[in-house]
Amino acid sequence: MEKTVPTVLDELEGKGRGTGLPRLLGVVSLALGAGGLLAPRAVARLTGVDDSPHAAGVIPAVAARELGHAAGLIAGRRPGGWAWTRVAGDAADLTLLGRALADRRGERRRRVAVTTAVVAGIAAVDLIAAVRAGRARRARERLILMEVGVTVNRPASEAYRFWRDLENLPRFMAHLESVRADDLRRSHWTARGPAGRLVGWDAEIVEDRPDELIAWRSLPGARVPNAGRVRFVPAPGNRGTEVRVELGYAPPAGRLGRAVAKLFGEEPEQQIRDDLRRFKQVLETGEVVRSDASPQGITLHQQLKQRPAQPLPTR
Amino acid sequence: MRATTWTGKDSVKVVNVPDPRILNARDAIVKISSTAICGSDLHLYHGYIPAMRKGDILGHEFMGEVVEVGPEVDNLAVGDRVVVPFPIACGNCASCQQGRYSVCENSNPNAGIAEKIMGHSPAGIFGYSHLLGGYAGGQAEYARVPFADVGPIKVPDEVPDDQALMLADVFPTAYMGAEMCDITPGDVVAVWGAGPVGLLAAASARLLGAERVIVIDRYPYRLRLAAERAGAETINYEQLDVLDELNRLTAGRGPDACIDAVGLEGHHGNAAMYAYDRVKQAGRVETERPFALREAILACRSGGVVSVIGAYGGVVDKFPMGAFMNRSLIMRTGQCHVQRYTRPLLERIVKGEIDPSFVVSHRMPLKDAAKGYKLFQKKQDDCTKVVLKV
Repeated sequence: MEKTVPTVLDELEGKGRGTGLPRLLGVVSLALGAGGLLAPRAVARLTGVDDSPHAAGVIPAVAARELGHAAGLIAGRRPGGWAWTRVAGDAADLTLLGRALADRRGERRRRVAVTTAVVAGIAAVDLIAAVRAGRARRARERLILMEVGVTVNRPASEAYRFWRDLENLPRFMAHLESVRADDLRRSHWTARGPAGRLVGWDAEIVEDRPDELIAWRSLPGARVPNAGRVRFVPAPGNRGTEVRVELGYAPPAGRLGRAVAKLFGEEPEQQIRDDLRRFKQVLETGEVVRSDASPQGITLHQQLKQRPAQPLPTR
Repeated sequence: MRATTWTGKDSVKVVNVPDPRILNARDAIVKISSTAICGSDLHLYHGYIPAMRKGDILGHEFMGEVVEVGPEVDNLAVGDRVVVPFPIACGNCASCQQGRYSVCENSNPNAGIAEKIMGHSPAGIFGYSHLLGGYAGGQAEYARVPFADVGPIKVPDEVPDDQALMLADVFPTAYMGAEMCDITPGDVVAVWGAGPVGLLAAASARLLGAERVIVIDRYPYRLRLAAERAGAETINYEQLDVLDELNRLTAGRGPDACIDAVGLEGHHGNAAMYAYDRVKQAGRVETERPFALREAILACRSGGVVSVIGAYGGVVDKFPMGAFMNRSLIMRTGQCHVQRYTRPLLERIVKGEIDPSFVVSHRMPLKDAAKGYKLFQKKQDDCTKVVLKV
């Protein structure tokens, strides 16, 4: 079975983000390394160190190191991490260039100065790339991805229709306060955060195949970027419909991120499973099922903190 | 209203609680006229079922008069006299539609917890712990009945409370236990336990055509009931070796089917054998004392059916899997799918084929519930079943 629709979850999985610049820098490293190894004299002349007896040894060594960066940045699994090796290399280069600058005069000094300025510029880009890649990686680590399914004893078309009216979602999704459909594509979602604080964001439907699939994602500006996809697959032998949900949340760092994590608890999948159980109840029986100990129907909170099985006091 | 609440191990109390209200559109409120204490209530009373909370209202066998119906209940009207099945079932899920009401997929709001213990969740049950839904029970003046359009059935005036009340649990449970034996002419059925369910299982086995029924217990007054009211032969396990005696009675074949109507709090004729499991149970190394189940498996003829209707809650130890596998035994079990049996069994009662109220030994007012529990627990005064009148 196919796992995820790339158009929806790419953004959340961080594919192609925070890795583009490091890969480009890898290509730069490759060019520098190749040049330094194949034409060390030309490089020495260009950078103004062709008078040094050490240049013939240092330049190929630096070039070899650049090839190392290139390998990590282009082919490595975590180019973001390799970007830091370039920053370190830049620091070493700048030290060497500083010493070269001190004992040179005239045209050679000018060339060394230009080289230093260029390397400093590259160092700044390297630093930005490394920091950005690190941030993206940490965001990916915070990302909550879930895949949960429930079998509903109703036809796929009915399950699809109920879900497609996004305003129905708060009837079974515990953390949602409301969803307002602005048009067929765009909607505004409001969730109840910890301590009852409301968090709102806009979302759009990115894929909609009647009776089969709905995919959505939050629009830029959401404090907690999120995306989801639900598939309605007829279960074999008239067993109803398999409703398979994939959800991804990317909580930001800091307090809000911790609050979001708390909202989903230690078992985010259990929350979604409870949501789907309620979805099944509403579709099959017409309502969320309530007991005296769980008057609001299923929630993880209520399952763990039960009131006694006695009627509620009348208000 | 007044209601019987669980207040801790070996302790219940009738206290004032709020009246129930309609919470779902398919609810009804029933004003209870009669409600019974079940053998499985004793498991709660003894603290063997997890997830009880002090203040939980007990009771899953009750009947009475409909006093309020939700907007989606179209088969009942205020004033109807009804008996209510103990499992709560929606009637819409795949399990309900296949007649497996006691594993309704929607009626347990605490399914998430039940799944962690049992793999999947069974149906919610009235007054039977938070693991099975946290529903208030029916040993009270009123009860809220969810899915009232599926569970309760109307009872004709000529059928007295004591008979109709047995349709809430014990009679259907016993009948299903006998039905699972696939009885054919000539069959010998052995029943472990001569409580209300065991007695009615023996009677049901006769109704379904068993040639002979053998009931095993240790209380002479109960064995007497089995002989007199269910036409059973009896074995007192404190006096005889059960396996030897069953082999003797069946000329070495063993019973064609064995019904375990004992469950997790069994007793054993041999004090050392009893102590082995009792100690493990006290230390929660195992949660059950499965003497009857082990013995039923060893006794059953090869290829026969072991039908388990006694209640179990957790894990058993020393399960004779070798005998079970090598002798091609079949085990069938389940909480009773009561909704499947209420109408046909009511019909049998109306036709006079059986009077299930022969198991009732005591009737007392609701306020005496604590006394009723004690009497039933200690098997005092030849107690088999206590009905509380409201």
